[in-house]
Amino acid sequence: MQLINHQNIQKRSGGRVLLNKVFKVLFFLSTTVGLIFLSMLLYRVLTQGTGHLNWDFITNFPAPYPDKAGIFAGLIGSLMLMAIVAPITIIIGVGTAIYLEEYARKNRFTNFIQANIQNLAGVPSIVFGLLGLTFFVYLFQMGYTLIAGGLTMSLLVLPVIVVAAQEALRAVPNDVKEASYGMGASKWQTVLRVVLPAALPGILTGTILSLSRAIGETAPLIIVGAATAIYSIPDSLLSKYTVMPIQIYNWTGRPQEEWQLVAAAGIIVLLTVLLLMNAIAVWIRNKFQNRY
Amino acid sequence: MKRLKTLVLFSTMMLVFGALAACGNAPSDASKDNSGGGESVSGSIVIDGSSTVFPIMEALTYQYNQKNPEVDVTVNSSGSGGGFKKFTRGETDLSNASRPIKEEEKQIAKENGIEYKELELAKDGLSVVVSKKNDFVDSLTIEQLQKIFRAESGVTKWSDINPEWPDEPIKIFSPGHDSGTFDYFNEVILEDKPMKEGQNTTLSEDDNMLVRGIKDNPYAIGYFGYAYYAENKDSLKVLGIDNGEGKPVKPTPETIKSGEYTPLSRPLFTYVNLKSLKEKQQVADFVKFTLKNAGEAAEQVGYVALPEEKYQQQLDMIKEITK
Repeated sequence: MQLINHQNIQKRSGGRVLLNKVFKVLFFLSTTVGLIFLSMLLYRVLTQGTGHLNWDFITNFPAPYPDKAGIFAGLIGSLMLMAIVAPITIIIGVGTAIYLEEYARKNRFTNFIQANIQNLAGVPSIVFGLLGLTFFVYLFQMGYTLIAGGLTMSLLVLPVIVVAAQEALRAVPNDVKEASYGMGASKWQTVLRVVLPAALPGILTGTILSLSRAIGETAPLIIVGAATAIYSIPDSLLSKYTVMPIQIYNWTGRPQEEWQLVAAAGIIVLLTVLLLMNAIAVWIRNKFQNRY
Repeated sequence: MKRLKTLVLFSTMMLVFGALAACGNAPSDASKDNSGGGESVSGSIVIDGSSTVFPIMEALTYQYNQKNPEVDVTVNSSGSGGGFKKFTRGETDLSNASRPIKEEEKQIAKENGIEYKELELAKDGLSVVVSKKNDFVDSLTIEQLQKIFRAESGVTKWSDINPEWPDEPIKIFSPGHDSGTFDYFNEVILEDKPMKEGQNTTLSEDDNMLVRGIKDNPYAIGYFGYAYYAENKDSLKVLGIDNGEGKPVKPTPETIKSGEYTPLSRPLFTYVNLKSLKEKQQVADFVKFTLKNAGEAAEQVGYVALPEEKYQQQLDMIKEITK
């Protein structure tokens, strides 16, 4: 008698091997769908936009002539907006996550907060725009200013950052924390010296993703009054401002063909800023990775 | 340990950054941003309103800025309605509109004590277009237009309008209900009766989308500003409109200017806050500049200028007010 019946095995494994192959192809195809559309977008934007992309385009203010129009006001506006949104959301967002994960007792109340934060992460951005209009622009009388826009955007990305930071904190192994307590460290010492450094890569990933969302948003900023044409850059938090997506949106709506090319050049600048932001974040993340 | 230091340093940096962002320049500039209030000498002009009028205003503010770089001009484009919402609260100095101010908006302005003057900047001919591939329609009467667009008419096919036309469903492409373009069409053609909805109607706030939808479909029809037709003459056919006199008129810069193309020629406005006009020197100056240059600016961005005397009349009126 044979110990292994090869024929039988082959007969029975045939289906499984085939199934394995089918799924491999299926998953590969799903990956390529995204890549195909991304490369189509990049191809279209690059072929249309490179002609208009030069130093003048980056340093010029809006103009009624396609060859004189530039994105300077939007570029600076977007960067300043991020300089407001990033620190506010990181400090408040990570603080909230630390409280919920490390300090808060698990009871109905915290569960309720938890559920609400997750829901907020899915609320359409226009709703945050209306919220910002009611609170920051009117109630706090900030007017249609940079700081009102920045705070509105902070509200928009905060829930995403909290959820991402919580996931990252939760992923820190328990035994590491217990070892820290075992050495006599207090909760705060443990959080600061053990948990946070270990969770940093995860927190940063969430932060980058949500900041990328913020830099591409148009709708809430139109509501809180970001300008479409402006001929100066903000010199204070109470200045009027504009951002890149609003300028791009304005250009794509024009009847004349040349404006579409200007819009494409604007998209290239926006994508470049996005890539730079991501690159910096990936660099920081790699610096802190592999601690445990 | 080194990493920890970097971490602490990083977060401190963020904190300082945040603190600066939170309180940095606030006190010194609180007094500066009086733009909504009047009486300021800061030299800012705040403009909002129709995205249709925006290109004219952009051209004007651009030229004005070249001459007077010390005046801070901002132009938003939140639509005719959105613009009036801010204007009637007294938040803006000028409000662009592709339709006249509505009764309820006048009411709000009155309640808030806002007085204003209407200025006409240019004209636009709402162009009713079909694809170049459409070989059966060249002109329509107002009545036929109403049948095509009104829901109550029950007309769904081209052959319902004229038995000689193909037995194919009419595909409607229209600007969205929030746009001033739709408002104007609603006023003169739909007369406030509901427009058709459903699978053969496409609404879009982006006029370029409408162009794309119409140009490849021989059974499509739509309308938008003249500039969008002028840019796509190769793929679109503009229809002559017969307002009951038996003589269809196509929109051209001449027929729009002369008023021959009616009722779909629409005026483009800007409304100026009288308080700003009287109290802010820069606003008065800019409004005069606008009336002197609007015609040229309008033509540069694809609209039709008004007759010269129309600008002169309005300029005289402004000079009278600001004396």
